[in-house]
Amino acid sequence: MSRYETVIGLEVHVELATKSKIFCGCSTAFGGAPNTHTCPVCTGMPGSLPVLNKQVVEYATAVGLATNCAITQYCKFDRKNYFYPDNPQNYQISQLYLPICRNGYVEIEAGRQTKRVRIHEIHMEEDAGKLVHDPDTGDTLVDFNRSGVPLIEIVSEPDMRSADEVIAYLEKLRMLIQYLGVSDCKLQEGSMRADVNISVREEGAEEFGTRTEMKNLNSFSAISRAIKNETERQIDLIESGEPVIQESRRWDDDREYSYSMRSKEDAKDYRYFPEPDLVPVVISDEMLDRIRAAQPEFREAKIVRYVEEYQIPKYDAEIITSDKKLADFFEECVALGAPAKEVSNLIMGDLMRLLKENGQDASDIAFSPAHVSKMIEMILKGVINRTVAKEVFEEIFRSDVDPEAYVEEHDLKTVNDDGELRRVIAEVIAKNPKSVEDYHAGKKKAMGFLVGQTMRIMKGKADPGTVNRIVVEMLES
Amino acid sequence: MSLMDYTAVELGRKIKAGEVSAVEAAAEALDSMEENDGKYNCYVTMLDRESVLKRAACVQKQIDEGLPTGPLAGVPVAIKDNMCTKGVRTTCSSKILYNFEPTFSSEAVINLEKAGAVILGKTNMDEFAMGSTTETSYFGPTKNPWNTEHVPGGSSGGSAAAVAAKECTYALGSDTGGSIRQPSSYCGVVGMKPTYGTVSRYGLIAYGSSLDQIGPIAKDVTDCATVLETIASYDPKDSTSVRRDDLDFTSALVDDVAGMKIGIPKDYIGEGIDQTVKEAVLAAAKVLEERGAVVEEFDLELVKYAIPAYYVIASAEASSNLARFDGVKYGYRTEQYDGLHNMYKKSRSEGFGPEVKRRIMLGSFVLSSGYYDAYYLKALRTKALIKQAFDRAFKKYDVILGPASPTTAPRLGDSLGDPLKMYLGDIYTISVNLAGLPGICVPCGIDEKNLPIGLQLIGNCFEEKKIIRAAYAYEQSRGGNLK
Repeated sequence: MSRYETVIGLEVHVELATKSKIFCGCSTAFGGAPNTHTCPVCTGMPGSLPVLNKQVVEYATAVGLATNCAITQYCKFDRKNYFYPDNPQNYQISQLYLPICRNGYVEIEAGRQTKRVRIHEIHMEEDAGKLVHDPDTGDTLVDFNRSGVPLIEIVSEPDMRSADEVIAYLEKLRMLIQYLGVSDCKLQEGSMRADVNISVREEGAEEFGTRTEMKNLNSFSAISRAIKNETERQIDLIESGEPVIQESRRWDDDREYSYSMRSKEDAKDYRYFPEPDLVPVVISDEMLDRIRAAQPEFREAKIVRYVEEYQIPKYDAEIITSDKKLADFFEECVALGAPAKEVSNLIMGDLMRLLKENGQDASDIAFSPAHVSKMIEMILKGVINRTVAKEVFEEIFRSDVDPEAYVEEHDLKTVNDDGELRRVIAEVIAKNPKSVEDYHAGKKKAMGFLVGQTMRIMKGKADPGTVNRIVVEMLES
Repeated sequence: MSLMDYTAVELGRKIKAGEVSAVEAAAEALDSMEENDGKYNCYVTMLDRESVLKRAACVQKQIDEGLPTGPLAGVPVAIKDNMCTKGVRTTCSSKILYNFEPTFSSEAVINLEKAGAVILGKTNMDEFAMGSTTETSYFGPTKNPWNTEHVPGGSSGGSAAAVAAKECTYALGSDTGGSIRQPSSYCGVVGMKPTYGTVSRYGLIAYGSSLDQIGPIAKDVTDCATVLETIASYDPKDSTSVRRDDLDFTSALVDDVAGMKIGIPKDYIGEGIDQTVKEAVLAAAKVLEERGAVVEEFDLELVKYAIPAYYVIASAEASSNLARFDGVKYGYRTEQYDGLHNMYKKSRSEGFGPEVKRRIMLGSFVLSSGYYDAYYLKALRTKALIKQAFDRAFKKYDVILGPASPTTAPRLGDSLGDPLKMYLGDIYTISVNLAGLPGICVPCGIDEKNLPIGLQLIGNCFEEKKIIRAAYAYEQSRGGNLK
């Protein structure tokens, strides 16, 4: 039996986070009652004309630069003609002949090596509306709120060979785009969508096999499953001497199988031609320089810098930079004077735990770095101890409280008054003769109990080290 | 003398002077429409009398209050039915839009309204502006007021006929391949297509987006320049709109052509032209020469390639522009259907007329995979070459002169049977659209059938003023008598 190689190329659609749509002033906000974010342009009313949102060009250019593409400084829009009710004009304004970005690449970690995945092109286009089925009447209705939301489509070369590489590539794109701040790239919400082109060939073969295009992939795990499934399906076909048909297939993740979307009419002819209602887009050298200068520090650079500059472990740096928001949070705390090590420990420990417990991710962080850095300062100055700090941080996490006010209000300051401590400890010792006896009998565990009791009465505000020292002192005296 | 006999500028002046009220002017226009439209069928939709009079009263009030109003304040106007008018049915003379009421008005109409125009109604046209006779209208053909056995030309036939029949004082038309100039020629009125990008296309229901321009149809050159000055504006809603600071077209109404260099393309007075038309056009050239212009014939290259290039480009764009009329969102939807594709197919089959279908099919064909390079791309290259030929000509000449059409208005029913022949009739107007140039048509004679002949003057891009000046000077010399 021969061994096979899977060849994969991706078409990734990313919704750009502009405030208004690509060709009109309507809001791009997600949700909203049907057809409330619409106007004559994005509903295809006769006589309406598109006007390009310049922000879309800036965002697409930024993504192109981040993915090492050549920017087409004189680019054009084209019309892609096809009939479908979610497409109000029955053509989509897209780019075919002169896309804004071409010939780029990104580097991914494949196994222990770095691999280059080439990008064929990135083009700008408009999103379609949504069809909604009304179960009561049996009618299909159209909601044009999403119609005209700006998209970029990132088309890779068929350079990937496994699901792991595909995931690494998507993660890489997501990271770059999130760092640029041009999209939140959420697969589940559809702001990032990937169509996967898959073919198989015998290992060592020069020619590509016939490819299929897999659609409806809503999570990384669905992508992995679909790739595995489709690879096996194609190998089975080849082994049994049947042809692989070039077609689009729809993945059903619940049933873990795919089915053909169109049968005979797959040879679609979109009759592309230059969009006559828009003028060519000219990206000046100045604009290009400005966008280039505004490119952020990307993840790889941050990891290196964190390790060098802040002396934090590489693993921590990787976690912190895995989300732009987390990295921003980290850097803001440090900028406010908190020691990097302290911030990194807090993120790696309590913050990660709380996010996990609440089923959230870094994008949900809603508290201010100022409060966190102030809290760290309070720990370091001995105003609160680390036990209390845990509680304070939970409050900051929950409702962004000011740590100073919170500690004041709840009387959580560490008590450093020896007199009061000694009085409480004496009381504890008096009330627990059994423990004292145990202690003297050599059961050192009893000591822990006495310290714990003291801490309880002190409501955690005492410094455990000091309590320990005084308990020993008093027991031994 | 009826108020409908005045030109727009004359009537506007009388209204402003308080000699006539806007309401009286509107009432006379409405009377004329009622009396004549049964004969000519210029209008698809006439606004109801009450609302027109109300609007006129409102404009009159502004005038009375001394608010700033332009020369057209209170003057009644007709709008071609492919320009959106808020709340007023806009059909493109097609069944597929028979019930369509836009939610907004086109920019040109808004500009007119700001200037105090009183809109009377929406004029008939060839369906989606596809045709040269106004016979492809779903609402029946418009008749030529000079002779109701003849067509008014097209596609802005309703607008041109309404001006000629005095069913309005002036009108707006649109011109994709001659649709203002040719009907103006057939109806003996003055029509002008400005440089592409001068009048906003926002709200104009597109036929060939890269060629469409809105322009005036009026009784004389002065009205034309005045109306154009009113409707022209830079519009950020139309990406192809041009920012210009030379929109004072009336400043070119100067009766002087001394030293102006005028070229007549030999191909424009060669094969295929009616002898009477040729003589009238050459006689007009002679008039300008006598007034001091330097007139000579020259070879404008590529004339014969304009028609095929035009029909490829315009049809390609139309096939896409008209895709939105699918029965889903507005307009006509077939009564009974079985599923989505059947609904599309039946709605469009029943909603579009044969000429529109022909051009949608032609356009879809030239854009289809495997034919794009051979047809569409080649047509675009031809368009660029035609523009270059004009560029060379305008290095030598201020204005190019020729006929607007090889013939006078054909008889009703004579053209549609042979579409190719009908397309060939556009030979003198089409290249002006391909090159984006301004062109004006002025009446210059009457043939033996007592039908008017039109003189066309073509200018370089953004040089409307030169053709307005030449047309105005000619009109002054010609005087009122076309014979």
